[in-house]
Amino acid sequence: MSVALSAPDIKRALTRISHEILEKNQGGSSLVLLGIPTRGAHLAHRIASIMSEIEGTEIAYGTLDITLFRDDLRLRAPKAIMPTTIPSSGIHDRDVILVDDVLFSGRTIRSALDALGEIGRPRTVQLAALVDRGHRELPIKADFVGKNLPTSKSQSVRVLLSEIDGKDEVSIEGEAN
Amino acid sequence: MRHLLSISDLSKAEAISILETANELARVSDGAIKKLPTLRGRTIVNLFAEDSTRTRISFEAAAKRLSADVINFSAKGSSVSKGESLKDTAMTLQAMGADAVVIRHSASGAAQRLADSQWMSGSVINAGDGTHEHPSQALLDAFTIRKHLGLGKSDLEGLSVAIVGDVLHSRVARSNVLLLSKLGAKITLVAPPTLLPVGVESWPVSISYDLDSVISFVDVVMMLRVQQERMTEMYFPNAREYSRYFGLNSDRMKSMKTGAIVMHPGPMNRGLEISAEVADSARSVITEQVTNGVSVRMAILYVLLTGGALETGGN
Repeated sequence: MSVALSAPDIKRALTRISHEILEKNQGGSSLVLLGIPTRGAHLAHRIASIMSEIEGTEIAYGTLDITLFRDDLRLRAPKAIMPTTIPSSGIHDRDVILVDDVLFSGRTIRSALDALGEIGRPRTVQLAALVDRGHRELPIKADFVGKNLPTSKSQSVRVLLSEIDGKDEVSIEGEAN
Repeated sequence: MRHLLSISDLSKAEAISILETANELARVSDGAIKKLPTLRGRTIVNLFAEDSTRTRISFEAAAKRLSADVINFSAKGSSVSKGESLKDTAMTLQAMGADAVVIRHSASGAAQRLADSQWMSGSVINAGDGTHEHPSQALLDAFTIRKHLGLGKSDLEGLSVAIVGDVLHSRVARSNVLLLSKLGAKITLVAPPTLLPVGVESWPVSISYDLDSVISFVDVVMMLRVQQERMTEMYFPNAREYSRYFGLNSDRMKSMKTGAIVMHPGPMNRGLEISAEVADSARSVITEQVTNGVSVRMAILYVLLTGGALETGGN
């Protein structure tokens, strides 16, 4: 197991992502951050608070559970459904930033796009991920990345966040081959 | 989990996970998302060999909100009324590629028979078999109780429930006794001795013949329908006497605890086991039971029909 990002690295990456999102969207007034449970939801909350500090105004954020939209439901044991909370402003005509911890095959994001389509019609949808580990199976790309981690498919990337795991850390497990 | 035949097949943890799933599904379909693609391309057959309004409609609504295709099949107007056996009906459904069959039948054990047979490979969901069980009703009752009185806990520890009336013919009562006691509730059955089944003393319940002595201390009063269509003998002298001793009217309701609720699985005999004022009162959660039924049945379909494609040979 090797540590890819330490707690200060994660803090710096999230701060940079926050600035990049604000820069690209000319401020935070049109933004809605939606984190994908479990860890994406915590990351969305953190990014929203960093952005609120920078901008001095509240940034809308929520969570978007994609379990019911997965394309592999027939193959896996049923997963617990996590809460979906959409800010009261809704997503219509807003710039939605999807937030997830690890971007891998891209299938989670495809499901998230389907879920968004049921809720409303955002002006744009952008994607922020703490880690991009490659191996995409769909034509999906992140707009904001904390760190690109080249991995082999047999390895796994483990993200720990202080809210649920007691500490912040990203590590790679398994041997590269 | 492949079939839902009886509450006794469910562990406490499985029951709680169905309730939690239903909770999230209710929030999803209350809010922004009305239709979910979760069961797209799956076929669910409602096989109703006995009359039903709310259970059939509820399963149909649940399946449709999850984007499954629904085929409704009732005994009246089908080959069942020409004398087709359950086996031939099941084999027809298998040939049509049903992923799940929701079955209501007047014979106790019909759902079990269907699940144990090799007639079909899909999931079997018991929607009421004779006087045996009605597990989805018990789950929606538990869901409703938890929502009103659960105080944020996952189970029903510390609550007391009275189940009142025709226990003998009631599959709802059987399933509820099993489920609510599994979840930690204390149950009192209140009925005339003639309407209690043989062997009731081995159930995890206490028994009373006096509604007035029970009604003041319970958190939930669950009224049962007097099932006149199943009554072949005289179980009580007349309807007025039954109503006086075992019916819930507004006078009796006054002695209930603050916050206690009145439930009824429907269809109600207004004026017999429950008076119209009680059924329409603020304590009554009867229409809410119907609403919750859809979420709970969505959860049941979700749990039974997702995953497991590999185990069952990828059908």
